Amino acid sequence: MSATTDRPAHLTEPRWMRGVLLGLALTFLALFLLLPLITVFAEAFKKGWQLYLAAITEPDALSAIRLTLWVAAVSLVVNLIFGVAAAWAIAKFEFRGKQFLITLIDLPFSVSPVVAGLVFVLLFGSQGWLWPYLQDHNLKIVYAVPGVVLATLFVTFPFIARELIPLMQAQGSEEEQAALTLGASGWQIFWRVTLPNIKWGLLYGAILCNARAMGEFGAVSVVSGHVRGLTNTLTLHVEILYGEYQFAASFAVASLLALLALVTLVIKNVVEWRSARPDSVNQPMEAAPGANAAPRPATA
Amino acid sequence: MTVALSAPGAEVPGLRHRKRPGVLPGFGLSMGFTMVYLSLLVLLPLAMLPLKSASLGWEGFWRVVSAPQAVYSYQLTFGTALIAAAVNLVFGMVVAWVLVRYQFPGKKILDAMVDLPFALPTAVAGIALTALYAKSGWLGGPLDEWFGLKVAFTPIGIVVAMIFIGIPFVVRTVQPVLEDIEREIEEAAVSLGANRWETLRRVLLPTVVPALLTGFALAFARAVGEYGSIVFIAGNRPMVTQITPLLIMSKLEQFDYVGAAAIATVMLAISFVLLLMINVLQGWQSRRGRRFA
Repeated sequence: MSATTDRPAHLTEPRWMRGVLLGLALTFLALFLLLPLITVFAEAFKKGWQLYLAAITEPDALSAIRLTLWVAAVSLVVNLIFGVAAAWAIAKFEFRGKQFLITLIDLPFSVSPVVAGLVFVLLFGSQGWLWPYLQDHNLKIVYAVPGVVLATLFVTFPFIARELIPLMQAQGSEEEQAALTLGASGWQIFWRVTLPNIKWGLLYGAILCNARAMGEFGAVSVVSGHVRGLTNTLTLHVEILYGEYQFAASFAVASLLALLALVTLVIKNVVEWRSARPDSVNQPMEAAPGANAAPRPATA
Repeated sequence: MTVALSAPGAEVPGLRHRKRPGVLPGFGLSMGFTMVYLSLLVLLPLAMLPLKSASLGWEGFWRVVSAPQAVYSYQLTFGTALIAAAVNLVFGMVVAWVLVRYQFPGKKILDAMVDLPFALPTAVAGIALTALYAKSGWLGGPLDEWFGLKVAFTPIGIVVAMIFIGIPFVVRTVQPVLEDIEREIEEAAVSLGANRWETLRRVLLPTVVPALLTGFALAFARAVGEYGSIVFIAGNRPMVTQITPLLIMSKLEQFDYVGAAAIATVMLAISFVLLLMINVLQGWQSRRGRRFA
């Protein structure tokens, strides 16, 4: 495969150099991206179709799928509401400490997933501050489904907000102000003016949020207690099967998650193409802290 | 008018100290909800870490966080994260360069694939890498046989997993900067007598350095906190492959909640420092971008 370029000869590297660079890039990505992905499917089908189907249709796997879908749905709804509220407050109004607030919203990205899970164990666990109260009222949060939901909410916290904030800041609020002078109420302005403008950003953030919610492992692993058929999400089910040396079954379940990742990438690219945001192609799906805090060179 | 002016709470134009944040409705509702949700879900739980560690007292805290096992885990975590981020710095630059400057079949797919480490659940990446680099694996077998190199269950395995999860950061921060460099700048360098290498080193490289460093810092920060993709390939051997998140995990499994909280407090403090550094780097990057783009 040769690397062609649309540049004149004096503005590009010699032909052999282009070949070397392309070869390096392809080798690196093949080794570190493609090969692990292929491994998932190869290992999943190693013992044949029957075992694959059995692994993903056994009751524990099905209940893990159900819990994963449920947790993802909850975190999607909650994060959509929070994301829109945070972006509305930050993008449409001026107040002190705005930059600080944006940094705080980014905080969960820079916290290790294990630490994210740990804080909820410290709050609600058997040595936690709220334990006596929870005991009195017969409530269980950690090592139960609510803990899994809380941990997932924590790690997915910034996804939708950080998509919407720069988008709505760039759009300004002239259209909303025009609607206001024409007599529209707050909700009318939101549903009829703002929402149509941010729908692609909203969808983009929702896809990323969903992928992370379904794929979260570290934080959920700390709070779930690994109760089979009850608090096991798909990723935890993968871990348990792997730990029991049921490798083919483990990879079979993992292949479902890998498919989800591939679907996510496809939808993400379609959304980028549809929304025609020239800068979005280059946005990391999940940049760490404050990637949007500073104006990007592209928009400066 | 006089009545209105003297009424309690009435605002005199020009004397207002508190500016209204804006004309649109909904500030109170959206801001209130944001603050309450942020505080309850993020700030309050995170505050548990220093609060819980405080029960150890200063000396007890210090004893836990400076225990040999803990110190080894910091060294291992930072060392491996540094190597992985450096590898990503070099290859991320090459990948970004190739994606921006060259045309080749399958480029679009490759570009989309770069985000795979974000989309693939970390546990899936973890077991895949372990299978790949174990003795019986496609890569682990030959590496062991030909070079005597063991990857799985050694610190090298940790580096491999950290490289995987860090790939998108450098590529995605450098890519837009490379795209924004105008051809005229290179034309100017060439017309002033620079050869290709000089143009690269003295014109293009200084422009992308801030973005490169930002990508490096992001990849490093991510690698330091990573758990899912590392736990399988590392194998959690104390003083050998026990990175700091694994140490927290094993303290939790022994019901040493206070010890786990103390180590986690150290990690949280490190996250804060990295966050600040990244913000500074990004400020530099956007200033540099304005000057050159």
